[in-house]
Amino acid sequence: MNLALKDVQHNLFRFVLTCAGLGLLMTVVLAMIGIYNGLVADALNIVKAPQADLWVVEAGTQGPFAESSSIPADTSDAVARMAGVAAAGAITYQTIEADHAGRTMRLYLIGYQPGHIGGPIHIAEGRGIQQSHFEIVADRKSGLVPGDVLRLGRDRYSVVGLVEDTMNSGGDPAVFLTLADAMDLQTRLAPAAARVQAARGGVAGAGANVAAVIARLEPGADVVALAATVRQWKHLQALTQAEQENLLLVSVVDRARRQIGLFLGILLTVSAVVIALIIYTMTMEKLKQIATLKLIGAPDRTIIALIVQQALVLGMTGWAIGLTLILLVKDVFPRRVLLEPFNVAMLGAIIFVVCLAASGLGVRAALKVDPATALGS
Amino acid sequence: MTSARIIVDVQGVAKHYGAGETRVDALRSVDLRVHAGEVVALLGPSGSGKTTLLNVIGCIIDPSAGKLSLDGEAVFDGHWLRRDLRRLRLEKIGFIFQAHNLLPFLTARENVAVALHLAGMKADAANARAQELLDYLEVGHRATVKPALLSGGEAQRVAIARALANSPRIILADEPTAALDSKRAGIVMDLLRKLATEQDACIIAVTHDEKIFDRFDKLFHLRDGVLVDDAGG
Ligand SMILES: Nc1ncnc2c1ncn2[C@@H]1O[C@H](COP(=O)(O)OP(=O)(O)OP(=O)(O)O)[C@@H](O)[C@H]1O
Ligand SMILES: [Mg+2]
Repeated sequence: MNLALKDVQHNLFRFVLTCAGLGLLMTVVLAMIGIYNGLVADALNIVKAPQADLWVVEAGTQGPFAESSSIPADTSDAVARMAGVAAAGAITYQTIEADHAGRTMRLYLIGYQPGHIGGPIHIAEGRGIQQSHFEIVADRKSGLVPGDVLRLGRDRYSVVGLVEDTMNSGGDPAVFLTLADAMDLQTRLAPAAARVQAARGGVAGAGANVAAVIARLEPGADVVALAATVRQWKHLQALTQAEQENLLLVSVVDRARRQIGLFLGILLTVSAVVIALIIYTMTMEKLKQIATLKLIGAPDRTIIALIVQQALVLGMTGWAIGLTLILLVKDVFPRRVLLEPFNVAMLGAIIFVVCLAASGLGVRAALKVDPATALGS
Repeated sequence: MTSARIIVDVQGVAKHYGAGETRVDALRSVDLRVHAGEVVALLGPSGSGKTTLLNVIGCIIDPSAGKLSLDGEAVFDGHWLRRDLRRLRLEKIGFIFQAHNLLPFLTARENVAVALHLAGMKADAANARAQELLDYLEVGHRATVKPALLSGGEAQRVAIARALANSPRIILADEPTAALDSKRAGIVMDLLRKLATEQDACIIAVTHDEKIFDRFDKLFHLRDGVLVDDAGG
């Protein structure tokens, strides 16, 4: 006869309600973990998307994500010719606003050279860019679908394919287009900005400049040595993929990451306290029944099992409800909610430990209770 | 009947609560013997130490001094001689509480079966024996009902069934008939008598209920923590 289960059944409605409450709390915790992961993953995605090993950017900058960077487009050819480089490509990044179907959206334009690296790798729907002009591949979160026509600057672009989970650290969905189109847009879209830059003595003929050149190395090539070589070239700076990813984490998303991380910590603490409180109260309410059990001769292990089993059933049910809910609603979030099985298991383990610790408090009280208290009416 | 075996043997037991100014001497050197087959009553004014004595016999509270033997086994002599008092209670002592203390989350039958289960009986056998006991106490038809839905008398009988589950040699009852009308009180007393005879057990009941005094073999009177002689014995 399992006493824990019998007691749960006896107070089933209340127990379910408690589990549901705990489940909602777990949903929030899981959402927060997902948002945190999503933020980091999105930020890194844009760096990981071209599957490069080396980033060549403007000297004295940490571009193109942490700072703006502008280098001559033909750097790409020079990099491609280096020993150990398998492929290279010039790339531009630019955030724009575009109107489509009656709404304004922010898009993160990625210009790349077709036939070189830097383009979309996994096309989720439709096809990749085949024409040298006026075709785009967009992230699904933009709401665009293949066949849509989008006005950018003076030209109309056809959406030919979709990618997934490609957006910048601000959450703006990415749109791939050819480098030629991208550079064209850059000069035309913001003439005012271009004039300001010219007035400051900025790069003349910015049209011939790109944000970065990326390179993919041959197997076994020494990325650190290659980066060192590039740094010796005038006006250029090189970052390895790892440096670029790290840079993004420490400079671009660091605050947001710490903000969410701290909040997550608080949330976990609150959850632990709430769980502990629920379990402790559950035990306290049963003290008289526990005294009765002791009086009729129940050993400690029967009493410990009663408390610990209930605590674990409560915790794990709450966790399962939380997991179910977050899986149901995670796609409704405007930004990516990314839950790794590891995180989910980790939360499960944390709740398990919290429940055990909380039932430890209850067990202590239960073991101390005098069987004589069962006699008082 | 006094030639029968001594089941409960209390010698010079004292119990005080607290110390110094707040010290209460609930029992002062009590001697009490109860034999197999006997049904005895503990009487006395409120605060005289009846419950305390019952709890000492039930190994629920530690005496301050004295000796206690149960069913031929010395269990207390200045300190407990057995460590597993709960096991002792499970095997030898049945309690009938005034507030019958049934577990609210178990049915009547489960409340009885749990005591059997704790003593190591398999679930099926425990349920069968629990049902048997409930039938014997004429509450078998209420076996699947939870305590909240039982009448006072029914609950009391379920509690008695639980106390009897492991065929204890000693049954301790604190005001077993206080919640019952005189007819039902009579039935309970008949039942306790039957148990004492059939199972060779002894029954010690605290009571204020004068209507049932004549049902006991002996009446022990407590006054200020001391047993006083009484003609009713
Ligand atoms: N846990 C305790 N701590 C301190 N004093 C106690 C405790 N339990 C009982 N007493 C005191 O011991 C004395 C005897 O109490 P006991 O409960 O044995 O009396 P009783 O005869 O059962 O009374 P009643 O008829 O009211 O139930 C009383 O003075 C009581 O106040
Ligand atoms: Mg009393």
